[in-house]
Amino acid sequence: MNGHRMSGHNDLLVTGAAVHGGESADVLVRDGRVVAVGPDATGAATETDLERVDADGLVLLPGFVDLHTHLREPGREDAETVRSGSAAAAAGGFTAVLAMANTSPVTDTGEAAEHVLDLGVAAGLADVRPVGAVTKGLEGAELAELGMMHRSRARVRVFSDDGRCVHDARVMRRALEYVRAFDGVVSQHAQDPALAGPGACCHEGEVSGRLGLTGWPAVAESSIIARDAELALHTGSRVHIAHVSTAEGVEAVRWAKRRGARITAEVTPHHLLLTTDLLGSYDPVFKVNPPLRPQEDVDALREALVDGTIDAVATDHAPHARHDKEHAFPDAAFGMLGLETAFSVVHDVMIASGRMDWALLTERMSTAPARIAGLAEHGQHIRPGSPANLVLVDPRAEVTVDPGASLSLSRNTPFAGRTLTGRVRTTILNGRITVADGEVRP
Amino acid sequence: MTRHLLSVSDLDDDALRSVLTTAAQMHDVQHRAVKKLPTLRGRTVINLFFEDSTRTRSSFEIAGKWMSADTINITGKGSSASKGESLRDTVRTIAAMGVDAIVMRHQASGAAQQVAGWFDESGVATSVLNAGDGTHEHPTQALLDAYTLEQRLGPLAGKRIAIVGDVTHSRVFRSNVLALPRLGAHVTVVAPPTLMPSGVASWAAADGFALSDDLDEVIDSGVDALMMLRVQRERMAGGFFPTPREYTVGYGLTRDRLATLTRRNPEAVICHPGPMNRGLEIAADAADAASSLVLDQVSAGVAVRMSVLYHLLASDGIVEGSLA
Ligand SMILES: [Zn+2]
Repeated sequence: MNGHRMSGHNDLLVTGAAVHGGESADVLVRDGRVVAVGPDATGAATETDLERVDADGLVLLPGFVDLHTHLREPGREDAETVRSGSAAAAAGGFTAVLAMANTSPVTDTGEAAEHVLDLGVAAGLADVRPVGAVTKGLEGAELAELGMMHRSRARVRVFSDDGRCVHDARVMRRALEYVRAFDGVVSQHAQDPALAGPGACCHEGEVSGRLGLTGWPAVAESSIIARDAELALHTGSRVHIAHVSTAEGVEAVRWAKRRGARITAEVTPHHLLLTTDLLGSYDPVFKVNPPLRPQEDVDALREALVDGTIDAVATDHAPHARHDKEHAFPDAAFGMLGLETAFSVVHDVMIASGRMDWALLTERMSTAPARIAGLAEHGQHIRPGSPANLVLVDPRAEVTVDPGASLSLSRNTPFAGRTLTGRVRTTILNGRITVADGEVRP
Repeated sequence: MTRHLLSVSDLDDDALRSVLTTAAQMHDVQHRAVKKLPTLRGRTVINLFFEDSTRTRSSFEIAGKWMSADTINITGKGSSASKGESLRDTVRTIAAMGVDAIVMRHQASGAAQQVAGWFDESGVATSVLNAGDGTHEHPTQALLDAYTLEQRLGPLAGKRIAIVGDVTHSRVFRSNVLALPRLGAHVTVVAPPTLMPSGVASWAAADGFALSDDLDEVIDSGVDALMMLRVQRERMAGGFFPTPREYTVGYGLTRDRLATLTRRNPEAVICHPGPMNRGLEIAADAADAASSLVLDQVSAGVAVRMSVLYHLLASDGIVEGSLA
């Protein structure tokens, strides 16, 4: 993925950035790597084609890594393409995204995985890594060609039937056993489909009761997490819990970690901020799977993100064409945009409120997701020699979310009109600026 | 009154009382030789029924016609979705024909509210009247229930009313618990725990109704009205209760329960929104008893819907002095 150099500049000098949120320093980037950090950096910069980035007042962090992105290509290029989705990723400060397998066709073969990989390279805006399906066609019955996907050029390490739960315990066991051979990880959409009717479309609780909507109870999530933790212990394999959304789910992960299971978990920005009360409008922009939950769950998720029970933030970026959301609430598509707003939401909810510092945000949005996905070129501490996958953020700037300004092809953001503190300014992929102030660099 | 009627909670206390009072006047029209008021002459009302309901659709259609509105029925289960059209496009197309009101029945909870929201946001002047949205609300049913009960029992203040059956899936229940307690009635909602909505305890406390899973106890405590809810046959496959027989034994208005009901309170009445599953939630004897208000409810339905159409479409000053 290196060597795709479309800009005329070979080198970057970032001046006056608070590196990792600490002391302000200059950072010199050459040939896709950080070569100097600190006062020497400016002295080392003598090249004539050097691009200077004034980062006064900005914080420089390793680029964010998203374990959970839906890019819709192939199959639904009207909602998103790998190109538009990776532009949105870059605008959100992400340098790597894992593209979920529920495309059409499903990413369940080595060829399909290589196709997504190649589309990402051609777009050149983020390191796009395909997630492989756990089962053929996401049917939940037969294992997909996990080994072939791993052996392909895409080197798939993360497998998920996301959108659906691998609910058959035998299939889940086999998948975990199988991926152990290449230290793969199964990312589980933990939600027992038997615990709610087929029409389930929101959190089961007082709000769903009043609105007359069929809900998923929290136990549908926590019971699968507990089962998968047992399977992870039994097989010695790695399981990752996608988008934990309930206090009960957090408790199950906590219990599993205490028992020594190789389990990791993620939370989405929307589950850290929004609650099920928003459904009173029946606006399908708030329809997401897993659903928005009550405030007690939001509080538990925030706490778990701080104490490490939850390892990572992942967006579950799920673009949808307008007409797929303009149905009655139970009939509308599940999902929300997330890439462009993730940092602002996490900053607003976790840093501006004093719950987290920059080191922890870096761990949750960059280092941990890169480690879980096995991406050595991302999430690295910024020092001479580290890959120049970087993001500059402005902690003081406010963002009022405007769906019209999105680089995604879709407009289904649940944060429309909200004002958040913290803004992504510049994203650097392999030493090249991909997006600056919301504009894609050609 | 609001421009739309999506929920009973759209009516404040004055509007709720006013709808019931006007309904009584409208009811008189039904006994005339010529059942026609000029009130809505020149106005167009579309009955847009995505889900079949001959009873509710006919009731609205008659109400509209007796008020001289042009009423047009558009039916068809999921017709728009099957053509790949969004709900928003479907209703926008209909509204663009210049209709004054859309009476809408939809299988999805919230559909009428969403449509009203889309209209408001894009400046469409069409009123939306919720004729039943999924398992959410059916406001005119609650209004006609309240009206029917008042006609028979007098003012509802202090009256004890039990709503019995498949509460979780009942829009009749959801609308009635917003109407009856506000009229002063003491409402008890009775269902097996599997057919109670989640979180209903805190909701009941907030909205002022009681809960029970013991129908015999409730009947024995003496009630003025039993409102039996329809049990959808498909609930049996959903595992909400073991067998129809067990449901009837636990929660049906059987002959024995009918006897206890009238022994405890000779004036007690029975309601059912229809259509009835005779022998399941209600015994034939109870359905046909003198204390059964089932046909009164149907008759009141037309009057209440005339009243609601009057309040939504005629009281804005465009049509004046037409209420005879
Ligand atoms: Zn998912």
